[in-house]
Amino acid sequence: MHKAWKTVQPYLLATPQTLIFLLFLVFPIAMIVIVSFWQFNGYAMVPAFTLDNYVSIFTSKVSVATYVNTFKYVFLVWFFSLALAFPVAYFLAFHIHNQRLQIILFLVCTVPFWTSNIIRMISWIPVLGKEGLVNQLLMGLQLTQQPVEFFLYSDFAVVLGMVHLYTFFMIAPIFNSLMRIDRRLITAAVDMGASGFQTLKEVILPLSAPGIAIGSIFIVTLVMGEFVTVRLMGGGQSASVGKLISTQIGSLQYPLAAANAVILLAVTLILVMAILRVVDIRQEL
Amino acid sequence: MPRISRRQLLRTGLAAGAMLTATQCSPKTAEAPLGTPNNPSTGPQINTNQIKDVTLRFIGTGVSQINEIRDKAQADLGFKLDMRALSTEENNQIAITQPGQYDVFDGEYFSLPLVVPSGNLQPVDVSKIKDFDKIVSIFTTGKFEGAKVEASQGTAPYRVMYLKDKDAKEFATEPTDWATLIPFQYNADTLGYRPDLVGKKIESWAELFDPAFKGKTSLLDIPSIGIMDAAMVAEASGLLTFGDKGNMTREEIDKITALLIEQKKAGQFRAFWKTFDESVNLMSSGEVVLQSMWSPAVTAVKAKGIKCVYAPLKEGYRAWGGGIGLSKNLSGIQLDAAYEYMNWLLDGWVGAFLGRQGYYSAIPDNAKKFMKPAEWDFWYEGKPAAEDMVDPFGKTLEKKGALRDGGSFKERMGNVVVWNSTMKEQVYLVQKWNEFIAA
Repeated sequence: MHKAWKTVQPYLLATPQTLIFLLFLVFPIAMIVIVSFWQFNGYAMVPAFTLDNYVSIFTSKVSVATYVNTFKYVFLVWFFSLALAFPVAYFLAFHIHNQRLQIILFLVCTVPFWTSNIIRMISWIPVLGKEGLVNQLLMGLQLTQQPVEFFLYSDFAVVLGMVHLYTFFMIAPIFNSLMRIDRRLITAAVDMGASGFQTLKEVILPLSAPGIAIGSIFIVTLVMGEFVTVRLMGGGQSASVGKLISTQIGSLQYPLAAANAVILLAVTLILVMAILRVVDIRQEL
Repeated sequence: MPRISRRQLLRTGLAAGAMLTATQCSPKTAEAPLGTPNNPSTGPQINTNQIKDVTLRFIGTGVSQINEIRDKAQADLGFKLDMRALSTEENNQIAITQPGQYDVFDGEYFSLPLVVPSGNLQPVDVSKIKDFDKIVSIFTTGKFEGAKVEASQGTAPYRVMYLKDKDAKEFATEPTDWATLIPFQYNADTLGYRPDLVGKKIESWAELFDPAFKGKTSLLDIPSIGIMDAAMVAEASGLLTFGDKGNMTREEIDKITALLIEQKKAGQFRAFWKTFDESVNLMSSGEVVLQSMWSPAVTAVKAKGIKCVYAPLKEGYRAWGGGIGLSKNLSGIQLDAAYEYMNWLLDGWVGAFLGRQGYYSAIPDNAKKFMKPAEWDFWYEGKPAAEDMVDPFGKTLEKKGALRDGGSFKERMGNVVVWNSTMKEQVYLVQKWNEFIAA
């Protein structure tokens, strides 16, 4: 009797989480996959089995271009976030020795999250707009005669907006891995005659790779599905897969949107798997 | 950082849980008196004042889901209203996919070709609408003193006003006793511009494609409406002609989206907007000098002290109309309440309220009863304002002596040439529109 209980116990303990997982994650995704094969007649979905939705996505030049554009955003945002986040995390981890100050500065990095996404985006308009602060400055300094228009409602603005939003998701995991590095390793490297750059390249960078990988996963998944920033900062001129899906949902074309969502999910999973292939993040968990 | 031990956390959590359970699961000690809503009596009873317990759930766009209207209706009618302000798209989505969520649908006529086939609306029995015959003939008969609007294209309200019979999902071409929506507000839309930045009078839709405004124009990114504006521009500039702008063929959709993409690539547009406040921001920040706009958005720009003109254009206006319809789930006393609300809606108070923002009422004569003569003259007659015009929320919109852009009710509504539209090729249109936005 006691032995039977021992065997069943782990399963029972895992049951609640499994049920929640099935109900709120697996079931909705399964529904999306099913709906992606349905038909749409202009105002209603019709249960059926058709590959039309997928065919129309793969044969449309626009969807392909939209995916390429989304990858472009992912790459640019990833690159600039990493370029910003690594020095910030490095500074926090190695140059601030007072723990209280470290925590305060880390919290300062979360300031952008204190107000809503939309407000943050709209507040870029008076900064980057034609009559905005930056243009006033440039024109005041006689650097340009005409306001520079590409600051707002452009790919530049979209990438800027997303870097502003998501860099913190890169800082946190990198900071975390840097804090875990055994300081004696650095001392050892210095003792062995390594220069500062060599220490960074041979010791710190490899040891922070799992943090970078986790940060990259955040950035990739967030940017792949992004549509609000793309719309507000791009002024409706720029396209991303997330925005495509939101327009399709807006016009009630659920099956087509579902098919796009399934492809988006697959592509995102492939990217995440590729990252996991390159870097082993288990030591961080 | 203060460290909380695991044990401490567990203890606090368990205590909180126990408290919740104790308070939520214990039997209610103080029971409501018998016969009240919280403790209804089981036996039969006659309640002459049942309507007090009715709550009607509304869904609609922000245009009319206004607290002041709700409060006034509740005070006058004695039952409760629960209003939800949504975007046009969300409103349609809920109307079509979640009929259990609403009792009254406050939507636009051009949504009806999508909503009616879903079977989620029940027809309105015209005989129960007291002033139905007083409603502006644009809605009820499609006639309007021989003006241009009689031949207008698109989803003109008259074309989707009636159903063939009580259970039909098909629109009737002639008046019947069964209406889809009861109209209460509508307007004629056009282009808005900043006279200080444009430097001349805008008199034609064609100006939106004028290279002089390169990088300074905007179009709205709602396919069913944006395409109509685009079609007006294309026709006015002599680039394209359409058999019926409100019901384009695939070739026509291909041509117009190709033209839009060409203009976009040439850098004609600064941005595209989807919501009211975006259009206000674009205009007031000077990012855009000429764009498709809605009447209250122009008003909002003016209210910031920035000059903005709602241009009367020689080719005519693109119009929209809104009304309320009944959910198929309504019956009994709830249905009676909904009819009472409809009659109240047409009675004039709401018409006057919305009229002070520049919208038109379904029965102008009823609205007139609730408006000051100066207001009526300004908004409906096109006469100069005899005093400052104040909107329903107390903001001054126009100074004494100002004129309404486009003139009187007859001049504006009579000059409508297209209505917001749902075309037969709607699915194809949305697909091509996405291509344009993504291009």
